[in-house]
Amino acid sequence: MEKYILPEIPGYHTLNVYEEHGGYSALKKALTMTPDQIIDELKKSNLRGRGGACFPTGLKWSFMPKGNTVTKYLAVNGDESEPGTFKDRRIFEFNPHQLIEGILIGCYAMGITAAYVYIRGEYGKWIHMLQKAVDDAYAKGYIGESILGSAFSTNIYLHRGAGAYICGEESALMNSVEGGRGLPRVKPPFPAQNGLWGKPTTINNVETMTNVPLILNKGWEWYSKIGAAKHPGPILVGISGHVNKPGVYEVPTGVLLTELIDTYAGGMLDGKKLKAVIPGGSSTMILRAEQIEGVSMDADSLKAAGSSVGTAGMIVMNEDTDLIRIIARISKFYYHESCGQCTPCREGTGWLFKLLKRFEAGDGRMEDIDLLMDVANNIEGNTICALGDAAAWPVQSMIKRFRDEFEKRVKPIETLAV
Amino acid sequence: MFLQPNNNLYMLSQDNLQKVEAICRHYPERKAALLPALWIAQEQEGWISTDMMRYLGTLLGVSYAHVLGVVTFYTMFQDKPHGKYHIEICTNVSCLLRGSDSIVDTVRKCTGAKPGQTSADGKFTVSETECMGACSGAPMIAIGDEYYEHLTPQKLEEILKTLA
Repeated sequence: MEKYILPEIPGYHTLNVYEEHGGYSALKKALTMTPDQIIDELKKSNLRGRGGACFPTGLKWSFMPKGNTVTKYLAVNGDESEPGTFKDRRIFEFNPHQLIEGILIGCYAMGITAAYVYIRGEYGKWIHMLQKAVDDAYAKGYIGESILGSAFSTNIYLHRGAGAYICGEESALMNSVEGGRGLPRVKPPFPAQNGLWGKPTTINNVETMTNVPLILNKGWEWYSKIGAAKHPGPILVGISGHVNKPGVYEVPTGVLLTELIDTYAGGMLDGKKLKAVIPGGSSTMILRAEQIEGVSMDADSLKAAGSSVGTAGMIVMNEDTDLIRIIARISKFYYHESCGQCTPCREGTGWLFKLLKRFEAGDGRMEDIDLLMDVANNIEGNTICALGDAAAWPVQSMIKRFRDEFEKRVKPIETLAV
Repeated sequence: MFLQPNNNLYMLSQDNLQKVEAICRHYPERKAALLPALWIAQEQEGWISTDMMRYLGTLLGVSYAHVLGVVTFYTMFQDKPHGKYHIEICTNVSCLLRGSDSIVDTVRKCTGAKPGQTSADGKFTVSETECMGACSGAPMIAIGDEYYEHLTPQKLEEILKTLA
């Protein structure tokens, strides 16, 4: 399949090469359309957010108040910190101008005059790459005042995070852009009413924005026919773990997970047997090897299989994997990254981690398996943001699907010598 | 602004102060420039001292308590000086599956420091970190902004030798 998000064209990250291949033509086209026409085009294309929630992008944009009388903002989420996710980094490196073009179209369609691209702090090198592209685009008149001679003006600023996973949550991201700690906000009010500095704000993922120029250039009909009907388009799948060729692969949605492992990622490392797959980043529910048969990389198929597409960061594990150690490590992550605002998450993630450490050491107790489930169930749905759910799901699914692994780590009851 | 550059050892250089002022214009409020200002301060000094936090608070119109809260919330801001090289080892799932244990061991063998410690010569500070978004290059480490991916203990030893 032809590549649309990460085309294999040498030098595509430079403005010259990007323009030679039709770059910024979607922006020019957008400027001849009305904002409503653009949002309508997006709605019909069925583009769904690539940050994990799969929310329809056109619908999200339509929530913004119309007109130019009120200041509005766009925040672009490039915080990608979910373990197993490493796709946006490729966009910053290999296709930054398509991202910028998407941001500009978004700003035009929603009447926004300032966009903030939030990038995780660890990506220092990639922030410089994107900054270079932004500077070039400013110099050519694509960003700034009266873009391409039109009445439309907007600015794009990069904002560097500093190592907090929670800032990938949209309202925490906004607090971080405002110069505070990354604490999620209670919703409602939703960002489209009350976002950055109390103004209407839309937050979109980096990969989502990179899809936008495609839809304008080639039309919604073309886009909606790529991949799975209800979740169409090209998608970046990151594959890591026990495979021969870990990497980021651009595929149409709806590709089978087995095909991703066997064909794209070159099969299992050392020819070992598959044991389990985490399909969409560490917060998505783990699947047993036999559960991925016939399941494809799109929202509906993975939902039906008992997991979710998340950020399409697949972690593949072979038969030798100690799943208890894996789940303990995942729980340590959420324990570390909990912002501490909500009691169920602040205390619960610690409980999960400590209980799982006990199992990892072979000191588990049979009743602890149910206790783990109980703690996870009491975190899920009881917190301001989705980090609580993200901490609970992997534990719940691991117990449901690999209970035997826990039972093996239960400490035998010592009989008292009489 | 009553604090002027160059009358306090820890304040920003003239250049950096101008950078912060330019960044302030990106946002409707000066407070929003706090994270970029902390990055600039950390690049200048290697870490962020209490005096620097007070200075930046005054510069951007927020309390010292707010700055301290922000510095301690984000793991990448250092409120203590650390070694010349900061080695961050990813031990999250993808790296764990591909042998991050051997990377932790190798770093310890070469520098004498475990995660959370600084080597005796003050050259290396070692940390265990969460996923850094390089899962296809697992196992990996970062030293400053530089990523070293697809590591083996041998490759890592050579990299550390070039730094020593």
